[in-house]
Amino acid sequence: MSNQNRTIYGGKVNREKPINFVFNGKSYIGYQGDTLASALLANDVHLIGRSFKYHRARGILTAGSEEPNAIVQLGLGARTEPNIRATEVELYEGLEASSQNCWPSVNFDIGAMNNFLSRIFPAGFYYKTFKWPPSMWLFYEHFIRKAAGLGQSPTAKNPDRYEQKFYYTDITIVGGGISGLLAALGAGRSGCKVLLIDENPELGGYLLDYNFSINEKDGKKWLKKIIDELNGLANVVILKRTTAMGYYDYNYLTALEKVTNHHIEFSSTLPRERYWRIRSKKVILAQGAFERPLVFADNDRPGIMMASAGQKYLSRYGVLPGKSVVLFTNNDHAYLTAFEFVEKGAKVTVVDTRDLLNARISEKCKSLNITVFKSYSVIKTYGDKKVNRIEIQQVDKNQNQLTGEVENIHTDCVLMSGGWNPAVQLFSQSRGKLKYDLKINTFVPDKIIENQKIIGSNNGQFNLQENLNESFEAGIAAANELNFNSVEKVNWTGKEEIEFTHSDVEPYMLGKKKVTKGSKHFIDFQNDVTAADIFLAQREGYISVEHTKRYTTTGMGTDQGKTSNVNALALMSHIHNKPVDEIGHTTFRPPYAPQTIGAIAGRSVDKLFDPERKTSMHEWHVENKAVFEDVGQWKRPYYFPQNKEDIHQAVKRECLAVRNSLGILDASTLGKIDLQGPDAAKFLNMIYTNAWSKLEIGSCRYGLMCNEHGMIFDDGVTSRLGENHYHMTTTTGGAARVMSWLEEFLQTEWLDMKVFCTSVTEQWAVLSISGPNSREFLKDLTNIDLSKENFPFMKFREGEVCGVKARIFRISFTGELSYEVNVPARYGRYVWEKFMEHGKKYNITPYGTETMHVLRAEKGFIIVGQDTDGSVTPSDMNMDWIVSKKKEDFLGKRSFTRSDTVRHDRKKFVGLLVNDKKTILPEGSHIVEKALKQPPMKMLGHVTSSYYSPALGYPIALAMLKDGFSKMGEQVVVPLMNGKIIEATVTDTIFYDKEGKRNNE
Amino acid sequence: MKLQRQQLLINNFFMFIINCPYCGERDQTEFTCHGEAHIARPDNPSEISDEEWGRYLFFRENPKGTHFERWTHDHGCRRWFNVMRDTVTDQIIKTYKMGEAKPEISNE
Repeated sequence: MSNQNRTIYGGKVNREKPINFVFNGKSYIGYQGDTLASALLANDVHLIGRSFKYHRARGILTAGSEEPNAIVQLGLGARTEPNIRATEVELYEGLEASSQNCWPSVNFDIGAMNNFLSRIFPAGFYYKTFKWPPSMWLFYEHFIRKAAGLGQSPTAKNPDRYEQKFYYTDITIVGGGISGLLAALGAGRSGCKVLLIDENPELGGYLLDYNFSINEKDGKKWLKKIIDELNGLANVVILKRTTAMGYYDYNYLTALEKVTNHHIEFSSTLPRERYWRIRSKKVILAQGAFERPLVFADNDRPGIMMASAGQKYLSRYGVLPGKSVVLFTNNDHAYLTAFEFVEKGAKVTVVDTRDLLNARISEKCKSLNITVFKSYSVIKTYGDKKVNRIEIQQVDKNQNQLTGEVENIHTDCVLMSGGWNPAVQLFSQSRGKLKYDLKINTFVPDKIIENQKIIGSNNGQFNLQENLNESFEAGIAAANELNFNSVEKVNWTGKEEIEFTHSDVEPYMLGKKKVTKGSKHFIDFQNDVTAADIFLAQREGYISVEHTKRYTTTGMGTDQGKTSNVNALALMSHIHNKPVDEIGHTTFRPPYAPQTIGAIAGRSVDKLFDPERKTSMHEWHVENKAVFEDVGQWKRPYYFPQNKEDIHQAVKRECLAVRNSLGILDASTLGKIDLQGPDAAKFLNMIYTNAWSKLEIGSCRYGLMCNEHGMIFDDGVTSRLGENHYHMTTTTGGAARVMSWLEEFLQTEWLDMKVFCTSVTEQWAVLSISGPNSREFLKDLTNIDLSKENFPFMKFREGEVCGVKARIFRISFTGELSYEVNVPARYGRYVWEKFMEHGKKYNITPYGTETMHVLRAEKGFIIVGQDTDGSVTPSDMNMDWIVSKKKEDFLGKRSFTRSDTVRHDRKKFVGLLVNDKKTILPEGSHIVEKALKQPPMKMLGHVTSSYYSPALGYPIALAMLKDGFSKMGEQVVVPLMNGKIIEATVTDTIFYDKEGKRNNE
Repeated sequence: MKLQRQQLLINNFFMFIINCPYCGERDQTEFTCHGEAHIARPDNPSEISDEEWGRYLFFRENPKGTHFERWTHDHGCRRWFNVMRDTVTDQIIKTYKMGEAKPEISNE
């Protein structure tokens, strides 16, 4: 039998549209408009899952986002999601869900034996038991995590797309219940830009489920008119299925919109979820309130739910969760639900903790044949997988105890109502202060910090009549404060059959004296925290509210204690006999509800995570099987293996080709900055350590940049193109940093200097040809005179190369005769291919960054960021030759004479040759004073660069060594990770062509 | 120039919308903070003592309350400018161009 709990009429589900879905492998039918929870209840499925710690049978407690019990594993495969609240899942055709935290099945769960062993699992059990020995924790953790898991994460990559949206608005209203709607109307009519957010698929909130009248007429029709008007306002944007997750400083909100979650078929054009980042001049919080559970023994069985949830299942979904119902309440308003249940054919008994009852309610109960037990309490419940019997007993308020006979009531559904708690989570996140309201016995907003209003039941104001007009006026006032015109106020008369009245709600903390070890008066359903656990925590000294929370884990589940926090605090207040205000409350932090990490990442995944930069020759490198390495965002060829060469063989071949004939390197990634202006030379004098005033047009000069601490931070060659025109190159990784550095000083220190800096890195493709044959090779391809006399080393010429306008810089990073040919980027590949073709007779060899590193290390040229680390001066690098003695000032100069920078025992840049002529020292190896069996050893320095040198036939290394310049020729030891101790000789840093003849050829 | 604090609180709704002196109001994510402003580089570094130079290099105010900072509009005009910000509330009280005088702090 399908939908056996569905009422004959009523509800807003579309009974013409049946929907097939599967729960725990079994097929069911629900209707369009159902949630998973309502459809399961309609099909008489009450057992949804097993609890976190004791594996107790759990059902559906609520009908909204506060649900602690009915959490399921939703979907299959890569799209599966754990911990989804069945009360929020809109039913769609083909939906598949299953219970969590049970094995082998929810009906027969082996872990349920924890329930019978619960006396040995009190709060703090894990802390106490698995504490010793400390080293075993990782071992224990593996099993504990497995036993305590809440659902399974998907193991495959998430196939869905998530988006982010930045949004700016005048007023953001959180909550689309009556208060939020009317505030939106007030503000919307005033003409300001309004964003209304609601987590449900339908606006209206609480009023969708209860009967009420406006101006003596049916309230539901009035509600529809209000929503229609809002939909028609162009300045009001309404987001449904959107949960406000975080409330940060200055009205910055994040919200998660479920765009296609409620469809089985995922859209190719729409994202699954959209993450909103909202900045708002004003925020109006109208999130409403959560009904509070009552605490009694075994209050967690399936079939026991909140009265408001029962109301919602009945009135919105046409589902009668039970036929013989007990309402357990401490307030008037819950009687509305009792009446509704009777009307739909249920037998209802009321257990009310109070002894006085409003005469009107009494009468109505009498007329509806509702038995009311006044001053009674539910003390225990029975039923294996669903409640079937309860015990009640009279309460003696004065004695604070239970008296009289225990009476039994047979029932299939218990509705409970312990009052209402405003949903103050976002308010608290916005640093708003709470106070405890003794009339309604809960925390309500007190002091507002942000530019914000909080209205309706969210503000502890539950009276419909007052909320109607105050909310509307709050919307108008907010618009007014933003200088929008006032609109006319409206007076609505709103009425509910039973009003919320403050005095009628009183706290009820059951079984005050009856809480014993092992009894299960649940406070926090999701984390299986009982009243006994709270008592235990107090006895053991975890008295601060934050300590109690962590020791017992109350409020720490995926529901973050939306239903449990206030009861836990009230119990603590009772135990310590102190007002709740003095107990305080724990801190609320974002997110308000669990949210997908994918939405936070948005589109910043895969290729969009970080841009990839490619040179104009990149595709040629790919076609020619280059292995790439990442240098910043750039993709650079690492080496070009031929046949089955490994990296060592390829690099050796590439190195020898450069030394013996001709190599070609794609150097396009080097940073390039075009400097122009009458003060350019003056500026360079301040930026670089050496002098630039006398650099002739057509000449190049190497320069070193230091920061004000005197530490090297970049280097490169700068050439003078014209009277007031320079071309600066930087390291590949430092390009952006140098550009910012130049701008910083031009914009903040030397505002009078007339210099313009323009990044031209991507405008030029750079082909660096290097090797003894490079002149012979290039001269056939250019109209520039390459002769030694007319184009010597460190000069620059303009002309044509392969018919393309080009700049050639005769500079060398390999120590060989070398030309850096710059052509407009769009001709990069064209010229490269011409070079490769023409270079065949010289066996032109493309080489990558690894070969470049080896060749420069053979020459002792530094790589900033590899040989230097931001803590070395030019002097440390033996580069005093490039530091001007004459210039009065440049960046870093003053720091060269600080006591710390003139210390003799600073680490200095030296060469190292291993004595065995075989071992390639790992980069980063430490040079120690004396090699011992194990650390600590006194360290003298470290290896910064280390390679096998094909030109020399043995390994070379560069290192930073304490007082290294005075240790030339001395022996040092380098212990390796594998236990070997390598001996090496300290040398200078130039290993190859010490006289520097080759690049001057 | 004295700034009326209360006035600013009312007018400055978009605290984390930063008013770039060149581009106007833009989202905070477009900007980068570079620490304390109004630390002039000494004109004569070679003539000052280690202590004075050290003061320029290392010493920063780190106040609780009103602070003056250098910011850049990185994902925009790439200009540097100064920001007067309250380090307790993160409120941006004023933005102004480089070279303009430091606004006075008013406690009213």
